[in-house]
Amino acid sequence: MPQSAEKILDHGPLFREPEYQEMFARKKACDGAASIDATALQSEYTKGWEYREKNFAREALVINPAKACQPLGAVFAAAGFEKTMSFVHGSQGCAAYFRSHLSRHFKEPCTAVSSSMTEDAAVFGGLNNMIDGLANCYSLYQPKMIAVSTTCMAEVIGDDLHGFIGNAKAKGSVPEDFDVPFAHTPSFVGSHIDGYDNSIKGILEHFWKDNPVVASASETINIVPGFDGFCVGNNRELGRMLDLMGVSYKLIGDAADQFDTPSDGEYRMYDGGTTIDDLKAAKGAKATLALQHWNSRKTLEYAGSVGQETASFNYPLGIRATDELLMKISSLSGKAIPEALRLERGRLVDAMADSQAYLHGKRYAIFGDPDFVQAMARFILETGGEPVHCLSTNGGKEWAEDMQVLFDSSPFGKDCKAYAHKDLWHLRSLMFTEPVDFLIGNSHGKYLERDTKTPLIRLTFPIFDRHHHHRFPVIGYQGGLRVLTTILDKLFDKLDAETNIAGETDISFDLTR
Amino acid sequence: MSDSYENDGKAHEQYIAEVLAQYPEKFAKRRKKHLSVAKAAEVEPDAPVGEEGPLLTECEVKSNIKSIPGVMTIRGCAYAGSKGVVWGPVKDMVHISHGPVGCGQYSWSQRRNYYVGTTGIDAFGTMQITSDFQEKDIVFGGDKKLDKVIDEIEQMFPLSGGISVQSECPIGLIGDDIEAVSRRKGKEIGKTIVPVRCEGFRGVSQSLGHHIANDAIRDWVLDKSAEAEWEAGPYDVNIVGDYNIGGDAWASRRLLEEMGLRICGNWSGDATLAEMERAPKAKLNLIHCYRSMNYICRHMEEKYGIPWMEYNFFGPSQIAASLRKIAKHFGPEIEAKAEEVIAKYQPLVDGILEKYGPRLKGKKVMLYVGGLRPRHVMTAYEDLGMEIAGTGYEFAHNDDYQRTGHYAKPGTLIYDDVTGYELEKFVEKIRPDLVGSGIKEKYPVQKMGIPFRQMHSWDYSGPYHGYDGFAIFARDMDLAINNPVWDLFDAPWTDGGELLAAAE
Repeated sequence: MPQSAEKILDHGPLFREPEYQEMFARKKACDGAASIDATALQSEYTKGWEYREKNFAREALVINPAKACQPLGAVFAAAGFEKTMSFVHGSQGCAAYFRSHLSRHFKEPCTAVSSSMTEDAAVFGGLNNMIDGLANCYSLYQPKMIAVSTTCMAEVIGDDLHGFIGNAKAKGSVPEDFDVPFAHTPSFVGSHIDGYDNSIKGILEHFWKDNPVVASASETINIVPGFDGFCVGNNRELGRMLDLMGVSYKLIGDAADQFDTPSDGEYRMYDGGTTIDDLKAAKGAKATLALQHWNSRKTLEYAGSVGQETASFNYPLGIRATDELLMKISSLSGKAIPEALRLERGRLVDAMADSQAYLHGKRYAIFGDPDFVQAMARFILETGGEPVHCLSTNGGKEWAEDMQVLFDSSPFGKDCKAYAHKDLWHLRSLMFTEPVDFLIGNSHGKYLERDTKTPLIRLTFPIFDRHHHHRFPVIGYQGGLRVLTTILDKLFDKLDAETNIAGETDISFDLTR
Repeated sequence: MSDSYENDGKAHEQYIAEVLAQYPEKFAKRRKKHLSVAKAAEVEPDAPVGEEGPLLTECEVKSNIKSIPGVMTIRGCAYAGSKGVVWGPVKDMVHISHGPVGCGQYSWSQRRNYYVGTTGIDAFGTMQITSDFQEKDIVFGGDKKLDKVIDEIEQMFPLSGGISVQSECPIGLIGDDIEAVSRRKGKEIGKTIVPVRCEGFRGVSQSLGHHIANDAIRDWVLDKSAEAEWEAGPYDVNIVGDYNIGGDAWASRRLLEEMGLRICGNWSGDATLAEMERAPKAKLNLIHCYRSMNYICRHMEEKYGIPWMEYNFFGPSQIAASLRKIAKHFGPEIEAKAEEVIAKYQPLVDGILEKYGPRLKGKKVMLYVGGLRPRHVMTAYEDLGMEIAGTGYEFAHNDDYQRTGHYAKPGTLIYDDVTGYELEKFVEKIRPDLVGSGIKEKYPVQKMGIPFRQMHSWDYSGPYHGYDGFAIFARDMDLAINNPVWDLFDAPWTDGGELLAAAE
């Protein structure tokens, strides 16, 4: 009997006990699934070039994609505003999924209500659901703003949010002057980063459209962070750098506090975020910058259309990417980059120099949202590594072209390639046929780690199976140090694991590395 | 078995009134029907607890009704009920999340239905396979794409046992004919292809998804049962409605095998298509999650004459009662073996109760889960001397609340399709020692300083079924409640949140 009160075995060790192993064997003998031999044969076959070619010939089937759908981005975006409740118009299961998904990553509460549309709404439209839903949401959760997005159900039947919200206000669901910005976020177009973009744009339009303030009335710079699972660490780090510079800035959507509330006995349904007053004033900003270009194209276009100067970046991670951001902000604000930041930069360069021997020539596969992959590849190039396979399911043709420009800018980029609209099953073939030393991505990469035995470094959303990484920054020089250390830890752990058998491989089990 | 206890029904009624006061009038009326306090039924003082005993209380509330909009219901959708619950665990089939990318992405690997197999080769459980609908698929229809997706699955995964098509919302709205495609392609590739109409907008919760998934088994799988290779034996049973979360079905299967039964099919945790197909050859269906799979049991009873029996493998008192009940069906030989099994594990049970009983006795628990757990786990807690202050279901029907009356003590707060607002208020008022619910509820509750265990995923632990599982269950409840972190919430220089006056 494997179990005892003294030493309780849970699923990890329990099922490795002989009683269970024998039971599995009995079950396998009559389960009707593929034979052990056939499985072994096919398993080998999937590692080869022939399978890779078939794999890349796929036109319709998507296997293990690295992207989510638009309304997830909208729910994330809404979390960045003061006392704002996300209202997902459509089927209710979607809202449950978005909340679960974000909670599993942040290990934090995530709120969103649904208009709970069912069959009758599919036939007659979801107007009544909007009317009742806004009224209930307003009385139960007492938000300052309700940000509406849509599921694919509402999009397919063509519900008109603008009209519906007007109708609901006329019926008294919420006061006439209550803020209900909205965005259509069809799941069958783009991905969560587009939902983020649409949502932020919708919120800005709501506050700016009939607002008489003119652009450049103030010295403030608006910053749109983009969909960022590391917003907690990153937004605070960005703020710290800009405070050091003495720049006047406002984040357009800052979910750092919402997704990092303290445990002190009180559950805060709302915490932090950009205030409505700041949002209104943001129209008068000198400029709007987007930290993640591919997340913010529509938003920036809109900011430009009200007369603001705009600029975008691809996630300021690493040395040069951070340099560029700071220099742009410096030139826009007229504030010099202070010595303190130059020293921080120097410290990161110092750290990279200290470790360069281990990093030089290492080969990586990187996957994730397009801005992240671009930033990460750029940083790897700065360390003398080769970002051999760069894959983004929600990256497009233009992104791949930008990536090629990046590769061409460094001798280390010679054998590197960007894969737009590809999934993690494609990446599996790439990693089997052209192996790399490390895989950088999110938790979904763990299946690739298992299959190809390539160590996974978790540096982007979603991270479900490691805790608290998102509480530390990955952008800026401080964030760069964190990324560098994370990569090095994995590298040294691997080196130790390969050299730790006493009397066999421990010749190189070096104390100092 | 714990000492009998009673909850403060009066106070609970007051809490209900308080939460209802916050709603607009029309919706206060609607919500009122879903909230209640268990009323004592007339029973002998030492009547047995569980479905074999008498009704202890009357727990009925309105249920299986549309959620009201805008309230943060915790419910999911029909797709979640079909792909997430019933079909997803069938390991040698490729389950297509048919429609846009999100549904499959959010449900990817989150149910923890354990299985043995080589993922991507002969098993496909922890994969996200989708037709990733784009705008053109919505406009022109997705049937052609589905056709191609199936061909490509055959290319990529030739060892799959079959395919299921799990419909997402758009499928039913744009008029696709997935049944025709499935039938035609199934013939073409020579494998079972099961179309499932589990679009998320159907029904009021996951529950209709379970039903639709059951019907799909009936219509597309069981018709092949005559050809199934399986030499029927006298002690063949199916485990139905055990999804092998954290290995639950294995911990259960072991006990059934030990008492001399043979498992014909395991539905659907760690299942293969072949196990589904041959299920009608069994002598008895044992159903754990009544809510999600009673439909197919009823069908098999009608069509194949297979009786079915509910059982409860949470906690030693119900495990023993269930083993005896199951054994009785097979006669003295199996009954004797069942007694041997119970006796064999008694020392383990005694050890667990001795170790954890004193640490958990009298602790109050609130539950809000789905399926069978809001009632089935009550007795497992009570075996540890704990008390259930409130319970409720995400997607129960009337028969679930009736069955709850066999477990719940008088005064227990009952909440159906609870809203985020209500649950937060109830937890705040009752301040239980432990809340058992889902990931969406976990962090708000913990912020209040109240220990929490996810009771859908076993909070990444498990199994919780069977004797092996009860040990883990007891350990987990103890580690949640008795962790020192809960004493660190208040900064010592503050008093109840206010800054202490500076020392003079």
